[in-house]
Amino acid sequence: MAEEKKLKLSNTVLPSESMKVVAESMGIAQMPEETCQLLTDEVSYRIKEIAQDALKFMHMGKRQKLTTSDIDYALKLKNVEPLYGFHAQEFIPFRFASGGGRELYFYEEKEVDLSDIINTPLPRVPLDVCLKAHWLSIEGFQPAIPENPPPAPKEQQKAEATEPLKSAKPGQEEDGPLKGKGQGAVSADGKGKEKKAPPLLEGVPLRLKPRSIHELSVEQQLYYKEITEACVGSCEAKRAEALQSIATDPGLYQMLPRFSTFISEGVRVNVVQNNLALLIYLMRMVKALMDNPTLYLEKYVHELIPAVMTCIVSRQLCLRPDVDNHWALRDFAARLVAQICKHFSTTTNNIQSRITKTFTKSWVDEKTPWTTRYGSIAGLAELGHDVIKTLILPRLQQEGERIRSVLDGPVLSNIDRIGADHVQSLLLKHCAPVLAKLRPPPDNQDAFRTDFGSLGPLLCSHVVKARAQAALQAQQVNRTTLTITQPRPTLTLSQAPQSGPRTTGLLKVPGSIALPVQTLVSARAAAPPQPSPPPTKFIVMSSSSGASSSQQVLSLSTAAPGSGSTTTSPVTTTVPSVQPIVKQVDIALPLWVSDPDDISITVA
Amino acid sequence: MAALAEEQTEVVIKPDPEGPPALPATQPGDCPGEGSGGSHNSSHNGGGGGGVAASSAGGDGGTPKPAVAPPAAAAAAATAAPGGAAGAPAAAAEGIASQDRQTLLAVLQFLRRSNLRESEEILRREARLLEEAAGAGAPGEMDGPGAEATSALLSRVAAAAGPTGPGPGSGSGPGPGACPASAGPAASGAGTGNSGAAPTAAAPAKVGVVAVEDQPDVSAVLSAYNQQGDPAMYEEYYSGLKHFIECSLDCHRAELSQLFYPLFVHMYLELVYNQHENEAKSFFEKFHGDQECYYQDDLRVLSSLTKKEHMKGNETMLDFRTSKFVLRISRDSYQLLKRHLQEKQNNQIWNIVQEHLYIDIFDGMPRSKQQIDAMVGSMAGEAKREANKAKVFFGLLKEPEIEVPLDDEDEEGENEEGKPKKKKPKKDSMGSKSKKQDPNAPPQNRIPLPELKDSDKLDKIMNMKETTKRVRLGPDCLPSICFYTFLNAYQGLTAVDVTDDSSLIAGGFADSTVRVWSVTPKKLRSVKTATDLSLIDKESDDVLERIMDEKTASELKILYGHSGPVYGASFSPDRNYLLSSSEDGTVRLWSLQTFTCLVGYKGHNYPVWDTQFSPYGYYFVSGGHDRVARLWATDHYQPLRIFAGHLADVNCTRFHPNSNYVATGSADRTVRLWDVLNGNCVRIFTGHKGPIHSLAFSPNGRFLATGATDGRVLLWDIGHGLMVGELKGHTDTVCSLKFSRDGEILASGSMDNTVRLWDAIKAFEDLETDDFTTATGHINLPENSQDLLLGTYMTKSTPVVHLHFTRRNLVLAAGAYSPQ
Repeated sequence: MAEEKKLKLSNTVLPSESMKVVAESMGIAQMPEETCQLLTDEVSYRIKEIAQDALKFMHMGKRQKLTTSDIDYALKLKNVEPLYGFHAQEFIPFRFASGGGRELYFYEEKEVDLSDIINTPLPRVPLDVCLKAHWLSIEGFQPAIPENPPPAPKEQQKAEATEPLKSAKPGQEEDGPLKGKGQGAVSADGKGKEKKAPPLLEGVPLRLKPRSIHELSVEQQLYYKEITEACVGSCEAKRAEALQSIATDPGLYQMLPRFSTFISEGVRVNVVQNNLALLIYLMRMVKALMDNPTLYLEKYVHELIPAVMTCIVSRQLCLRPDVDNHWALRDFAARLVAQICKHFSTTTNNIQSRITKTFTKSWVDEKTPWTTRYGSIAGLAELGHDVIKTLILPRLQQEGERIRSVLDGPVLSNIDRIGADHVQSLLLKHCAPVLAKLRPPPDNQDAFRTDFGSLGPLLCSHVVKARAQAALQAQQVNRTTLTITQPRPTLTLSQAPQSGPRTTGLLKVPGSIALPVQTLVSARAAAPPQPSPPPTKFIVMSSSSGASSSQQVLSLSTAAPGSGSTTTSPVTTTVPSVQPIVKQVDIALPLWVSDPDDISITVA
Repeated sequence: MAALAEEQTEVVIKPDPEGPPALPATQPGDCPGEGSGGSHNSSHNGGGGGGVAASSAGGDGGTPKPAVAPPAAAAAAATAAPGGAAGAPAAAAEGIASQDRQTLLAVLQFLRRSNLRESEEILRREARLLEEAAGAGAPGEMDGPGAEATSALLSRVAAAAGPTGPGPGSGSGPGPGACPASAGPAASGAGTGNSGAAPTAAAPAKVGVVAVEDQPDVSAVLSAYNQQGDPAMYEEYYSGLKHFIECSLDCHRAELSQLFYPLFVHMYLELVYNQHENEAKSFFEKFHGDQECYYQDDLRVLSSLTKKEHMKGNETMLDFRTSKFVLRISRDSYQLLKRHLQEKQNNQIWNIVQEHLYIDIFDGMPRSKQQIDAMVGSMAGEAKREANKAKVFFGLLKEPEIEVPLDDEDEEGENEEGKPKKKKPKKDSMGSKSKKQDPNAPPQNRIPLPELKDSDKLDKIMNMKETTKRVRLGPDCLPSICFYTFLNAYQGLTAVDVTDDSSLIAGGFADSTVRVWSVTPKKLRSVKTATDLSLIDKESDDVLERIMDEKTASELKILYGHSGPVYGASFSPDRNYLLSSSEDGTVRLWSLQTFTCLVGYKGHNYPVWDTQFSPYGYYFVSGGHDRVARLWATDHYQPLRIFAGHLADVNCTRFHPNSNYVATGSADRTVRLWDVLNGNCVRIFTGHKGPIHSLAFSPNGRFLATGATDGRVLLWDIGHGLMVGELKGHTDTVCSLKFSRDGEILASGSMDNTVRLWDAIKAFEDLETDDFTTATGHINLPENSQDLLLGTYMTKSTPVVHLHFTRRNLVLAAGAYSPQ
């Protein structure tokens, strides 16, 4: 047992150079190396001791996180005055910086303008504690209400879907990242396969997944009915509410198959009937389901994708194609498909490439109507710049010709004209930003015309516009990133070469303030030739028994220059516990900690 | 209310609330282990030297020591009045059992230095005498459990000394410090007079020396480490032993492996003490990986301790020094070890084994690895077998008969429902149950309990009525759980309690407030002011209603008074009072009639982690960072008992349902059961691998469940003093435990945000309580946690701080939502 679990005990101590820096900041130049070493040992020990006591307060306070107040109480326990001014509910206000191979934690003290504080309105009063009751369990079953966690966490749904042979129990599925995105999902899937394989090979009796009966409780049935009715009903307020519920409710996973079927069947029927409104509503349901963070949709993607694809490329989606805005539905659905690809596409299921293939095929086909053409292009364009670059741009010339023939040629049908018009603006919209990035700046109408045929001139003006916009955005982006990075270490990283001197400067500030002390000390140091005697003010007759361990601080620091005599003789010395430790800790905290793990390990 | 004091003079109290010393004087035997530092205190104090001298002189005269106590105690009281409270805890109760010549030498050394020639001379003579006596004495007595041995000796001594015996304790100085102080010298006196107890006698003195923090004596104690070995050889010694143990037979290996940890620690400390810093460091680096993972916390403390100077103030280190690490090893294994060490001439290790370890040798088969693993883990090894031998009256007290109104009302109720027949047999069974005296129950008046008031009787009636409507729980009928979430608590909720009738919830917060909520429609109202009260017609029927001030009605009352986080809260059974304990070192008693603070009980000088009312009210217990638990009565501002013996913070305290015992769980990873009557520690349960944070007695009083930071819940049979079950499942600290009203279900709540329900009936069903198990204390735990787990209920992000079963067996859970 012992061998299995090697203890991770770090024996980190503060670097002795930090002692030197502190001493310098206090005005003591030229501390002997030996003294520094002794001091670091001592300070490290004390800090660890206090951290361990602080942990006690964290545990008794029923918290998982150590706070500054815990450390204050631990100091109080040692009869040391707490460090005032470090109050933070959630985070420790130390900032991290690195550079020059060193890592630094420091407490940022900003200069505060008093008038700013006076003029800023008071923050809102925090809410008072209140008590709220809910049913955690009713006769052994946990009701699926918002107050309770989702009955089956996403990981478990996933585990059930991907590894049906593994009996899934909550807390067992650590593998795979929480969100089944790209690579993570791939590896998880791969693992699942590997795990499944051996039992089959070894001839262990094959365990089939028990057939689960999807039975909904009466409440769930009612909920399902209400939601679906609201989603496709006429009341927009109700629909918004229902969609909100789908997007946030944690307990829906049992109803997921029903919803999925509802959507795919709904699309099937309404496409035939050209009911544009209903199709839009169904697509919004898909969107809401995708937004719900507690649902694991992978199992139902095969039903949802065809439905969504239908809404993109279907020849006709509405009764009056010349008037109704079915283009918006196609755009919306195209975005949905792109989102699905982003979330669920893996190298095993190849969703993206399959979708791309479908779109390209229907686009390439000469006989495709303009509606489908529009949908395919929109679908492809939403998949990202790379897709646009490789699949759309090469065909621009061809497509431009076709559009021109419809727009400039004899009016065959109004519908075609509208379609071609939409396709043209769609192409311009999506291709311009990509071209703006691809092509070097001088935008020449003629060059465009040679490259892209009839669409060239239009494209060119769009690209120019896109460039202007990009430049504008870039400015904004720059500005925002600047404000973001300012409080973060990235900015200090850019100043890396300076960080060394900067930090010392930071620490030196108190030193310069304490200048008179320095002169005083140096003056005194000059007078007595021997190492300065232990300051007598620290030696006090024992008066209280509460002094406890704080005494050691002194005994060491006084013993350091001399011999061990102080340790054997201090029959009557006890330290006024408050003074020394405060000093030590005070200076010790904003220092380099060579290994940041040290503290965190003791905390954990 | 009848205090302990009034009824049993021999028990404890001089009830004199006015005069300064409300004095808990004990029989000499009643404060075992409290034997802190009579001798130390006195010798530290200038005048105290005389005390010691006088005492020794008494011994010189041939009379055994009890007569000595008063002066020493008085002297001790002089120094220890305020500080004694803090000092006492460190004086480990177990200390008595441990003996040490080194200590005696240290004392002598000190006496010499302090120019107390005379006392030194006398002590020396005593010591020699005692050495001779020890040589002649029966070796068996060495193993005796400290408490018993001492008290037995004391009685013998007392008999010899005539009437002097019990006298000293009562006469002496003020404050709780007097109790330990008087017991200490008395014990040592007894020891010197008697053969086998020689070592016992020395211990209190040593403990005392350590306990009080004025320093010279600490170095004297530490000097025990002075024995020099070649520092370079330590690694060799250790790896030699390691090699030997690893090559020994399987059956011995597990047992002997227990030696690793204490040896490692002591060798490391020796190296550090003798200032071989680098050797110590490399020794630690090399071997700390071999130690069992559950010693990790202690090792972490050790690893930071690298200098002799650090050793003085380090509590963990002192624990190791002052208490012996207890190992349970079969005779065969022990012989094997002994032979090996003698062959190898490995004196270094042999010395440590002799001086710092207590090896509890038993006959028979060596224990298996699992058996050992189940029991070890505490800071000072396992409990000695003898420590758990004392008889414990775990039965319930007979309920007083309250019949008349119950019959009327209930039968009315039944008649309305039209089922009068069913009532009869039920009531009979209940009646017969309460009439039969439980054979394991303590005598009804073992400790004085308060009389029942009318309101209590009414409450009992209500209780019984609710009982008839109680849900019978079982694996097929799980309770519903209602969760009270504290919102916007900003990580500040530190304690929760719910009244027995589930009408009020109290929360203690890190911002020093205590908040009381009413969870029924009945709002909280305080009593009118005195002037308004005088206007009330006292004869009217609804006078109780009239005294309440309607204007103050609200759902929430906030109690201000503490100056630090409130770590413990407990309602009195009659719901008139609320206790809260805090970081500021006080326990406060609040009135729930006026919502003001009535008393601040000061005694713990350090944070008080937990407090609880006795199930019968009046008494309460508190435990804190000063490593002691204290028993108080609401009308005494000083504690009636101090339960000292834990080696680290007392994290949680619970009363036994019969109010005769108190259980304490500590950060030293042990649970102790204390007798309220005489303050003795009657059970020590070891086996947890982390600080204990929750305790719960089963309603029938037979079993105890304990939960710790290691996420495990252990079940204990109090009567036999054995571990009977282990419930694994939680992944973080178990903060709260509660049995259902009939004891069928154990609910546990944890920092891992879950409530789990366990089948308690099944867990206690087929216990291995045959004589062999009982005698040896070897246990075989079935691995059946999964079978016993009846349900796991996750909260969203709310650690479960408190659990409560209503009278109808509905679970109430409480915790503060902590957004991630």
